[in-house]
Amino acid sequence: MLHFARWKSFLILLTVISGVVLTIPNFFDEDSVKSWPDWVPSKQMVLGLDLQGGSHLLLQVERDGLVKERLETLRGDVRNLLREDRLRYTNLAIAKQAVQVRITDPTKVEQAREKLQSLATPVSLGFVTGQSSVNEVEITVSDGNQLRLALTEEGILQRIRSAVTQSIEVITKRVNELGTTEPTIQREGADRILVQVPGLDDPESLKAILGSTAKLTFQMVDATSSVQDVLNGGRPPIGTDLLYDTEDPPQPYLVERRVLVSGEELSDAQPAFDQRTNEPIITFRFNTSGARKFGRATQENVGRPFAIVLDGSVISAPVIREPILGGSGQISGSFTAETANNLAILLRAGALPAELTIIEERTVGPGLGADSIEAGKVAGIIGAVAVVVFMILSYGLFGVLANTALAANILLIVGTLSVLGATLTLPGIAGIVLTIGMAVDANVLIYERIREEARIGRSAIASIDAGFSRALGTILDANITTLIAAVILFSLGSGPIRGFAVTLAIGIVTTVFCAFTFNRFLIAQWVRMKRPTAVPI
Amino acid sequence: MIRLIPDDTAYKFMHHRRWSFPLSALLLVGSLVMFGINGLNLGIDFRGGTLIEIQTTDGPADIGNIRQAVGSLNFGDVEVQEFGSPTEVLIRVEQQDGGETAQQNVIAKVRQVLGEDNINYRRVEVVGPRVSGELTRTGIIAVLSALFAVLVYIWFRFEWQFAVGAVLATMHDVILTIGMFAVLQLDFNLASIAAILTIVGYSLNDTVVVYDRIRETLRKYKKRPLAELLDVAINQTLSRTVLTSVTTLLALGSLFFFGGEVIRSFTFAMIWGVFVGTYSSVFMAAPLLIFLKLRPQQLHDEEDGDTVGAGSV
Repeated sequence: MLHFARWKSFLILLTVISGVVLTIPNFFDEDSVKSWPDWVPSKQMVLGLDLQGGSHLLLQVERDGLVKERLETLRGDVRNLLREDRLRYTNLAIAKQAVQVRITDPTKVEQAREKLQSLATPVSLGFVTGQSSVNEVEITVSDGNQLRLALTEEGILQRIRSAVTQSIEVITKRVNELGTTEPTIQREGADRILVQVPGLDDPESLKAILGSTAKLTFQMVDATSSVQDVLNGGRPPIGTDLLYDTEDPPQPYLVERRVLVSGEELSDAQPAFDQRTNEPIITFRFNTSGARKFGRATQENVGRPFAIVLDGSVISAPVIREPILGGSGQISGSFTAETANNLAILLRAGALPAELTIIEERTVGPGLGADSIEAGKVAGIIGAVAVVVFMILSYGLFGVLANTALAANILLIVGTLSVLGATLTLPGIAGIVLTIGMAVDANVLIYERIREEARIGRSAIASIDAGFSRALGTILDANITTLIAAVILFSLGSGPIRGFAVTLAIGIVTTVFCAFTFNRFLIAQWVRMKRPTAVPI
Repeated sequence: MIRLIPDDTAYKFMHHRRWSFPLSALLLVGSLVMFGINGLNLGIDFRGGTLIEIQTTDGPADIGNIRQAVGSLNFGDVEVQEFGSPTEVLIRVEQQDGGETAQQNVIAKVRQVLGEDNINYRRVEVVGPRVSGELTRTGIIAVLSALFAVLVYIWFRFEWQFAVGAVLATMHDVILTIGMFAVLQLDFNLASIAAILTIVGYSLNDTVVVYDRIRETLRKYKKRPLAELLDVAINQTLSRTVLTSVTTLLALGSLFFFGGEVIRSFTFAMIWGVFVGTYSSVFMAAPLLIFLKLRPQQLHDEEDGDTVGAGSV
């Protein structure tokens, strides 16, 4: 056990030295590391959000909203198709995950079904790879003349998946507009998006720009009917909706459903100040087709009011004084400089395909993060010193050697974490400090065994040799069981827990190497030099 | 050099099972009863809700005032407590009815009522009902599957009695830890699950070391009574058991006193776990082998088939 072939010694030293080299970048700040030559390792550990401060938001695409919207479109399609063929129907309605309609003339049910079949042909949904097309709608006939168009589960899932993909694009654009460094935006499971933005002072602005769908439309206001009648319980005229603005108290408007131009046709939007009133406004520019549509609409409707609608509420409803042909305009409303800026960001980034709900939020302010790092450092240093002193008191020279192995161990853990680009979290620091305490366990096992062997009368070298070889099995068994716990912690845990599990697992592997191999190597060198006749422990 | 444990101890540990078994049984029943009565003080990770940590910049925080201000918002159960220092306060608001958006409303309202002057919002966590349900499930699954995986591993490496003994001893530690959480009403959150799993790891580590030596001793002296052999094995590993506990406790103590408030309940649970884990390896895991009717001959039969040869001669 105490003989090392030359290549083995070389490999052991190489491993320890690379641990040292890989750890070094962490002692320098990021900017100076960037200026190093390429061949120098420069990877640093990434600090987790709990240490550097920042926001972690888990968003979920709202299935219900998506289904509802899809069903409303489907109902519209059914109505249009049946009218095209002058098929009379009653009870066109949405029921659960389906649209139902009763065809008045039972003999025409088959004709209607064939007509509607176009809605049930497999469609390919963009953004989804793999399965190219799915059957979104299934048509069944019941009661003789009732047609039921049900959304398939498969179709809904595809919609959700593509909504997630699209949302990630939009969110990325929006978050980048905030000008923060290195946001992480990724898919989580089938219908979730994880957004992590480090070093953000105010998570509220982040939430504000993620929380709204930002669906902007320009629609005509129906000025011919009376809003008051509708408020008194009358039905809005066909093709119009009753919408409110954001004033206090909210003002009602009857807005035509037909969309003149939508936010998708914007090419730019910027916050600005109105030169006359000095109020914050948003100036915008349409792309060519948007400019054409808007120009034509304003030409036809001079003197009438139109509404600028954002996510179902009216921002403003100016009267068209003259045709707007240049393709640019401005939105005024009761904005503050901040809300105008946020809205401009949202308009530039485009609308989300579906509503997103924040289902988990964890925000840590930069102050707490810095405090945690400081506390972690202090705890780590004090813990390490305590263990080091205790080992020297217990084992003398061998304690010093074990401490050398322990130092190598810590460097290897930090070095490995740096190379993996692992995120260091507060539980991660706890994991490292805990490893310091538990790492010496292997040394203790070996040393106690050496003592025992010496006590039964073996020579010093034979005792050391036997101590190492007999402790090996125990060290392996004990560490593999802990490793199993760490792996399971990693595979089932979330966020910070994973950080803890990673440091724990890496710690276990490096511990076995340092305590058993590196420490044995050190002791072998000592044995070769001193030729001891008694074990010094 | 110091020796915490003298050489050649010969404590009669198996003798102590007369009181250690009833004591453990009592503690286990006590833990379960306290768990039944008090339940766990579940954090927002598992119960959903909002957690806000604030720091006042103009002297100590007035907890009473904050409690009243936040209480006036009618968010139901609100906890306000000092967190580490007089200027730091932890506010917890229970999960609101009305789904995910209702939770978001809480932060806005609390910030409104407490104002932004002289207050640092150091940490805000909101966990909605969907996520908290999932976290509870995966937490339980994680602990159970870790136990199961280890059971299989030890079964494979030792005899079934060792596997069952190790898992029973570990469950003993987990239940006592949960009991401690229930009695002291410490905040039970995701970090607590991590603590429990680490305790599982530590306790198993300890148990396996003792078991390894037991197996070795059983192979060496086939004729002597089991209880006697167990005593020999435990005494031989006693020095190591104590030393490792001490170094681990040194590291944990340092984390507990200097590591900051955020991980204090985590380290507290771990410290408790190290004590319980060490106790159970000596006083539970080993005597359980007698209880499970381990026969030294069983080991003898397959001695040669053991390849990795943990500690075997």
